[in-house]
Amino acid sequence: MEVLAYLIPISLFLGGVGLVAFIYTVRSNQYDDPEGDARRILSDEWDDKPKS
Amino acid sequence: MTAQLSSGTAACPGCIAAPAEPARPVPEDVQIALSLPGIHCSACIANVERALNAHPGVEDARVNLTLKRAMVKAAAETHAADLIPVLERAGYEAHELDPGALSATQSDKAGRDLLMRLAVAGFASMNVMLLSVSVWSGATDATRDLFHWISAAIALPAIAFSAQPFFANAWSALRVKRLNMDVPIVLAILLALVTSLWETALSGEHAYFDAALTLTFFLLAGRYLDYRTRAAARSAAEELTALEVPRAIRLVDGAEEEVSVASLAVGDLILVRPGGRMPVDGEIVSGKSELDRSLLTGETLPVFAEAGLAVSAGEVNLTGPLTIRTTAVGEDTSLHRMADLVAIAESGRSRYTSLADKAAKLYAPGVHILSALSFLGWYIYSGDIRTALNIAAAVLIITCPCALGLAVPAVTTAASGRLFRKGMLIKHSTALERLAEVDTVVFDKTGTLTSGTPELTNLEDHSRADLEIALALAEASSHPLSVSLAKSTRDAGIKPARLEDVVEVPGYGTEGTYRGQRVRLGRAGWTGATEGDQTAAWLAVTGQSPVAFLFSDSLRPGAAEAVQAFRDGGKSVVLISGDTRGAVQTLADKLGIETWIAEALPQDKATHVQKLSDQGRHVLMVGDGLNDTAALAAAHVSISPASALDAARVASDIVLLGNDLTPIADAGDTAVKATKRIRENFRIATVYNIIAVPLAVAGFATPLIAALAMSTSSITVSLNALRLR
Repeated sequence: MEVLAYLIPISLFLGGVGLVAFIYTVRSNQYDDPEGDARRILSDEWDDKPKS
Repeated sequence: MTAQLSSGTAACPGCIAAPAEPARPVPEDVQIALSLPGIHCSACIANVERALNAHPGVEDARVNLTLKRAMVKAAAETHAADLIPVLERAGYEAHELDPGALSATQSDKAGRDLLMRLAVAGFASMNVMLLSVSVWSGATDATRDLFHWISAAIALPAIAFSAQPFFANAWSALRVKRLNMDVPIVLAILLALVTSLWETALSGEHAYFDAALTLTFFLLAGRYLDYRTRAAARSAAEELTALEVPRAIRLVDGAEEEVSVASLAVGDLILVRPGGRMPVDGEIVSGKSELDRSLLTGETLPVFAEAGLAVSAGEVNLTGPLTIRTTAVGEDTSLHRMADLVAIAESGRSRYTSLADKAAKLYAPGVHILSALSFLGWYIYSGDIRTALNIAAAVLIITCPCALGLAVPAVTTAASGRLFRKGMLIKHSTALERLAEVDTVVFDKTGTLTSGTPELTNLEDHSRADLEIALALAEASSHPLSVSLAKSTRDAGIKPARLEDVVEVPGYGTEGTYRGQRVRLGRAGWTGATEGDQTAAWLAVTGQSPVAFLFSDSLRPGAAEAVQAFRDGGKSVVLISGDTRGAVQTLADKLGIETWIAEALPQDKATHVQKLSDQGRHVLMVGDGLNDTAALAAAHVSISPASALDAARVASDIVLLGNDLTPIADAGDTAVKATKRIRENFRIATVYNIIAVPLAVAGFATPLIAALAMSTSSITVSLNALRLR
């Protein structure tokens, strides 16, 4: 059962990382146009460099 | 969207403060927002962006497909009016939106706030669930206690943060001694936390931390969906409203100055240019022109205007500049009186109770009574307050309206998403439910079933020579009839005749000389003809009797299909218009509408709709003019096109973004399906409760059963809603 001492902090940490990542995506407006973004990846226009 | 909006200032906050920078006039960029109801695919995104970026002055254009909108960053002298034709050439319908109204992203802050709470509840519940699964699969003694304590440490702060909207709502309901859906929710969450803490402290077997968190998570998901649908509709409707900037040109000692309409006073002289809309009620002092009254009265025939004629706010000046002395401003204008009619009619609207409210009314007291009874029952039976409290908590958790909370928003989100893709905007949250009940459809004529632009009907009746002269004269004017005449003759391959001295006489027509003879195209009286009851422009060549070019209002695309679809669906269709009998009858016959009323005043329209409602009919009103607003508000549910006056759009529940009317009929079908799904969802939720509640009351419910019941019911309800797409 000593393994719990590692596993529980690790699982909590990973959960926290997920939460922080989600908050980051919300704050950087990545959910403003889900439909458009899904289709934009099919366009060749900005394949070489990202649209600034 | 927000990033683009703020980038103008946020990119260089230091620049403003830098004192070394000399005050050099930097041409400021403007943000232009365009609504694009027609876009739907990746090719559309690319085409629109390419077309916009190719336009001189445009620095950056970005399409948002979800909102069907394009944000354009451009040099200061670029106007939306220049960009709209560019897009129309590329094949996309576009309307200008007010970027000022768009920057009201404060409303979006509320959405983001909900999303954060949702995320916290979601991640916390995942972690707690992990620990709970270990407990359910056999962790005992100290390990179980440890897991429970860790769960408590995660759940308590997470719930304190994420369940705040429920706490606030429940408190505001309780303060006025009412019950709403949030009261049982809060009670369940709090009771679950309290009993679980107690159990944990006594190293008991069952703790409901995971249930409290998943409950919060699912309910927040429902709230968020609900919020998103309404926010999207609300912001888009606000943007449309912000289209019309209320400005007027005031003449002070002969000099023109642009002022806001609100600052006009009675007695002010104002100038209304051709194409402009009357900002106030008044009397014409000088100038001759024609007035388009269709938005106020539904008449398609322009009215001749000269000094002395009284004009009402909302009329459109067609040909010549007019100077007007203001007689009424603000609340006294006829436009405003119309808005008062709306307010009266609207008070009837609030009687409708949504399905969700009906369910909540049954549900909230039922749950409390059930849970209180099981607490009492178990306390009397066992005498142990701990067991009794545990069972009461289990009953509350299991009956908690996860599925009920998701049942309506999940369906409305799916349905309004579907309608939005077809170009309809649901403004009101119960609009779909009301639309599903509709059995009578009332249409307005001008601007709704017809596009409001005249179409030449008797091209073949004229000799080539006449047509050539008419075309030459028509091209000298921007009057709607002239524009239409020029377009259809050009399309027929006619070349303009060579005329000399062509002048437009405002209010009358155009005049010129053809081979030494005077030729005129214009009003009946001016050309020596007698006026008929159809919209017409007359051509007079000296020495010949005048000939008439007849016009009829062209049908809006999809009008015939929409009417047909409603009739096929067994709904009765009525046409009510302020236009003349002849014009209304022609259109009614063309579309196969049997019941029609012509020359109706605004009040008549509203009373007629009211009369239909009193007969127990559920009326859908489709209209665009000011004369329709009262009727729109009086109807059970109402739709107006985006081209409508803002008063009409405000009064209606659904706004049609595109030009095509066909989606209206689809909307009816979607609404019926959506309501069916909502009812199904309620049934699903009830079935789960019927199975799970006896278990809970009997004391057999474990946290595992609670978690299973809650998740499966919520997921089935959401999946059922998704079938609507």
